[in-house]
This record gives sequence, structure tokens and C-alpha cells, in this order.
Amino acid sequence: MARLVEIRNLAVTFDGQPALRGVDLDIAPGEAVGLVGESGCGKSVTWLAALGLLPAKARVTGSVRLGGAELLGAPAATLDRVRGGRVAMIFQDPASSLNPVHRIGRQIAEALALHRGITGATARAEAKRLLDQVGIPDAARRLDAYPHELSGGQNQRVMIAIALAGRPELLVADEPTTALDVTIQAQILELLAALRRELGMALVLISHDLGVVAESCERVCVMYAGRIVEEAPVARLFAAPTHPYTQGLLGALPPLHGPRRPLSAIPGGVPEPWAMPPGCAFAPRCPHAAEACAVTLPAVVVLPGGHRAACLRALPGFGSDERAAA
Amino acid sequence: MLRFLFFRLLRAAVTIVMVVSFAFVVLRLSGDPAQIIMGADAPPEAVDAFRAAWGLDQPLWRQYFHYFGAILSGDLGRSMRDGRDAILLVVERIPATLALTLPALAIKLGLGIPAGVYAALHRNSWADRLVMLLAVAGFTVPSFVLGLLLVLLFAVQLGWLPSGGQESWRHGILPMLTLGIGGAAVLARFTRSAMLEVLGQPYIRTASAKGVPWRAVVWGHALPNAAIPTVTIVGFMVGSLIAGAVVVESVFSWPGVGRLLVVAVANRDLAVVQCVLLLVAATMVTANLVVDLLYGLLDPRLRNQPRAAGAH
Ligand SMILES: Nc1ncnc2c1ncn2[C@@H]1O[C@H](COP(=O)(O)OP(=O)(O)OP(=O)(O)O)[C@@H](O)[C@H]1O
Ligand code: SF4
Ligand SMILES: [Mg+2]
Repeated sequence: MARLVEIRNLAVTFDGQPALRGVDLDIAPGEAVGLVGESGCGKSVTWLAALGLLPAKARVTGSVRLGGAELLGAPAATLDRVRGGRVAMIFQDPASSLNPVHRIGRQIAEALALHRGITGATARAEAKRLLDQVGIPDAARRLDAYPHELSGGQNQRVMIAIALAGRPELLVADEPTTALDVTIQAQILELLAALRRELGMALVLISHDLGVVAESCERVCVMYAGRIVEEAPVARLFAAPTHPYTQGLLGALPPLHGPRRPLSAIPGGVPEPWAMPPGCAFAPRCPHAAEACAVTLPAVVVLPGGHRAACLRALPGFGSDERAAA
Repeated sequence: MLRFLFFRLLRAAVTIVMVVSFAFVVLRLSGDPAQIIMGADAPPEAVDAFRAAWGLDQPLWRQYFHYFGAILSGDLGRSMRDGRDAILLVVERIPATLALTLPALAIKLGLGIPAGVYAALHRNSWADRLVMLLAVAGFTVPSFVLGLLLVLLFAVQLGWLPSGGQESWRHGILPMLTLGIGGAAVLARFTRSAMLEVLGQPYIRTASAKGVPWRAVVWGHALPNAAIPTVTIVGFMVGSLIAGAVVVESVFSWPGVGRLLVVAVANRDLAVVQCVLLLVAATMVTANLVVDLLYGLLDPRLRNQPRAAGAH
């Protein structure tokens, strides 16, 4: 299948401190991909960098192609057409992500004018339709509301409506439910899944929560310390996790329908950007670390079934030899 | 809304009464107008007669009630020096003061706000550093020092402009600049930090993420939000249109309300001093009221009645 987004060796540093250290990621049209990992591992930065949304002090290298066209270093006008047009992004805190001094309707209409050239009464009608579509009751009246007059869940629906306004091929949802009540979380996730089926757009769902991702996505990428360390179709990742970090995450996962909790059950912490080990970044916490792990940067090993892992033990021969020796 | 207005007006009135009362007491306790106006060597009978004529021999509380009674009937008293109505003395000085403070306000707004916005948009650039350096300088140098520096440079050294007086518009330039530059510095600093605060907000990133070109993000999303805190300080500047020129009018011997105040205080010309203070307090309080109303206009979160959500 032709790829929609191809990210290659994407790296980001802030003031000389690495935040992303070479991310490779493909998104196919219409696909739902989950991106999970602990706080600070670079999930948000990956997509902010891809869309040119990082502050000027960030140094970004590598390549991000959308439908074959390079986005990194593209002219501002090109990026403005992509952002909100072909790729939309919604964020964690819906209340502060909407402009407090503009009415909801105006904020949706702005995207309609930019990407579909619709203005005036037509835009208002379309904005109302979008609010209906994202499940906001009494949409016609809500158009004239300000964000502070809506609840967090409703504001996130408004954010989704704005995102849909440009008819994007890809929606990146960056922890869209973290700031919301548990019952509202489930509703928003259901809405995203339903919209994706209905509109055929691709979805990237960023989350701390492997459980959330498992329910809404087809494929999962696990990030650790600025890299993707494992990537596989959901069923396969759960059945045969290969990277010890993923195994740790799965071990920390609550029973399938129990309450969700953060991924905190792996002892130790993420290495600081200025003290990144030369070898595997997970080595200090890894229960299976071998001597080579501390010095050799693990390359990505391609396993059968669309499964990849960046662990020395996944190399054919490596693990079995040591295990045999042990 | 009416309730809000009512309470704000009430507060405004209380503020004015407090200012005037305070001035009344302090002025009367800090020196004897009769002695000062009649001169130290005046015969005691003459001084007593003066006191009796102006009611200064009465107990303070009686003077106070008499004074407020007169104000309420529209009488702000007469100057003890020449017997003219205090209000007339003050009002005839207002145009001269406004001739300085209005152009100075234009300089503050026209220079301070764009400089602050530009500095915020180009944070850490050399232009930002320059703006901040000038702003800190303009902010810390007292206005009489700045005034004297400008006089030294443009009047004494270069001889381009007169150093004092009010004979032509050219006499107004240096006092105007003195007032304007200091205020522009304050406003530039304030605008810059308000703008930086707003630019770091998630909704600015949202605007960019939905494809709004950067210029439109700045004009349409950042500035309307940064305007909210900036209005406070602009309101304060408008409020000091009358009172803000005391020092500068003295340095440049500009015959405005500020100089009148200085002279009247020195002479313990009570009615005139109180009339000026009343006017100053009224301007301040009015400007504050306008700022509060503007807040409601600029920031929907502060409007009392949600229109669209209409919970009730
Ligand atoms: N604007 C910035 N300036 C400096 N450092 C930054 C900035 N944004 C992100 N970083 C750093 O980049 C790293 C990755 O951050 P990122 O926001 O991508 O994490 P995340 O995986 O999204 O975490 P979370 O789950 O907490 O959102 C972190 O170490 C963070 O401190
Ligand atoms: S490379 Fe070594 S340290 Fe890193 S995850 Fe694999 S086994 Fe653990
Ligand atoms: Mg994040």
C-alpha cells in the first residue's frame, strides 16, 4: 500500500539536548496507529516536529514525507496548507487549546475558510453540521458559545470538529483524553474510532496507556527515550512482545476491563537527555541486559508479521546463544 | 450589568471622597496657610483676621463638614491668594497640560506597544535585546533626570530646541518627549511580557496546527489576548493625563495643572490644591471604570451573563 506519511531518522534537539534520536515511522492511508511510551519519551515532539510546530530553538533533522513530498524545511505556505488540511492535530488539554476570546463557531469557520474556501452563512451551516457530527447537542446555539462556557469533553469535541473541518487524511490525537473524566474518555475514544471508520482517515493516537491504544488501533509503536523500540500489529504485540520494555509495559497492564492506570510498574527512570547511555537506552532498567547492551546501540530487527524491535536480544542467534550459555 | 455598574460607580465615589478627605486633613495639619500667605512678619491681628475670614479658626471637623457641604452644592472654594474660584484657576490650566500629555500618550502607545510586540515576536534577537535595554533604561531613569538630559543635549549642546517656557509649539517638544519616552519604556516591557505569555499558550499552537498563517496567528489570535492585560496599564496612563506631568511641568516651567499644584501646595492655597486633587482623582477613577468595562468587552470570560450557553 502506498504510504501516506514516511518519517525517516527524525531527530530533534533542544539547546543541544536530544529529545528525539532517530525515529522511523510509516502511516498508511486510513490506518490507525498507536504511539505509546512514558512521559517525555518524545511522542508529542515527533508529531510537532513533523508538522513544523516546534519553537524556533528546536533543531530538527531527518525527513518527513507526506504523499511523497518533503515537509521538513518546506515553505511556510506549504506547511500552512498541510496543517489542518491534510494532517490535523488535537491536543491534551482542550480547555486551553481553544482561543478563549473567540466563539466556537468562529474557530471552526476559520479552518473552513482556510482549507475549503467556505465563508459566511455556508461556513456557519457547515460548522453546525460538524458540531452535530462530533456529538455536541444543540449545535446551532453552541456556535455562539465561548470555550469557557463548555465542559472539557465538549471542548475536545470542538477541537475534533475543527480538525475535521479541513477534511484531513490523517488526524493526530495527542493524548486526547488525558485531561478528561474516565466516562468522557471512553466517549471521546469511541467518537474518534467512529469518525475514522466513517471518513476513512488515518489516525495516530498518542497515549500513555497501552490499553487505550489496543482498543482503538491496528498497529502499535512503543517509544522509549526518543526512539521507537518496538512496532507490531496490536494482536501480535500483545501475544509476542519482544522488547523487554514492551514486556514491562504489558506486565504493568491492568486486567482487560479493570480500571486503567499509568505505566509505572517498571522500576527505575528514563535516562536524562544529557546522560544517555551509548548503547541501549533501556539497559539500566532492563532485566535481560547483557554486556553488549551497554555499548552497542541496538539496530532495528525485522521480525515476521510486520513486527520490528530494537533490541540486541531480538537478533537471530544473540539471545539463544546467551540463554544457552546461562 | 447595571448592578455591576452601580457598584463600580459607588466604589469610584468612595475612592474620590477618601482622596479628598485625606488631602484635607494632611494639608491642614502640615502648615498654617494664614502664616504662609500673610508672611512671617505679618501683624498677629491681621493673621487672625485672615483665619477668621477663611474659617481656619473653626475646629477641623467643622471645616471638614462645611467643605463637603460646599462641594455638594457645587462650590469648590476660592483661592486664598487672589480670591478667584479655585475651579476656574484649575480649568484654565487643563489645556496646557493636555497639550503635553495627549501627544505624550500617543508616543507611549505608538512606540511602546509595537516595540513590545516586535521584541516578543523576535525573542532573544538583537532587536529584542536593544528594546529591552532601552526599556529598562527608560524605566529606571527618573523623568526629571531624563528631562535634564534632553535639555542638555537638544537645548544646551545642539541648540535646536528651547529648554523651557510655553511661547511656541517647539517649547512643548522636549517635555512631550520626556513624558512619552518613559511611558513608552514601561509599556514596551509590559506588552512584551504579555505577548510572550500569550505566545506560549496552547491555543496559539492550535491556531498554527489548523493552518493559520503566522501573521494571522499574531494578529487574530495573539494580540487580542495580549491586549487584555495591556489595557490595565494603558488605563493607568490615561488616568494620569492630568496628574502625570507634575515633575515635567516643573522641570520645563510649563504652566499646566502640575505647576499650579506645586505652587499651590507651597503656598498652602487649600482650595486650589484640593480642587486639583479632586480632578486628578476623578480622572483616575473614570479611567479605571473604563478599563473595567473594556475588560468585559475584550475578555468574554469576564462577562457576567453567558449569552450563548444560556444556562438559565
Ligand atoms: N519546547 C521544548 N523545549 C525544551 N524541551 C522540550 C520542549 N518540548 C519537549 N521537550 C523535551 O523533549 C522531550 C520529549 O517531550 P515530549 O513532549 O515529546 O514527550 P511526550 O512523550 O509527549 O510526553 P508526555 O506523555 O508527557 O506528553 C522531553 O524530554 C521534553 O522535556
Ligand atoms: S538491547 Fe539489551 S538492554 Fe536493551 S532492551 Fe534489549 S536486552 Fe535490554
Ligand atoms: Mg506529549
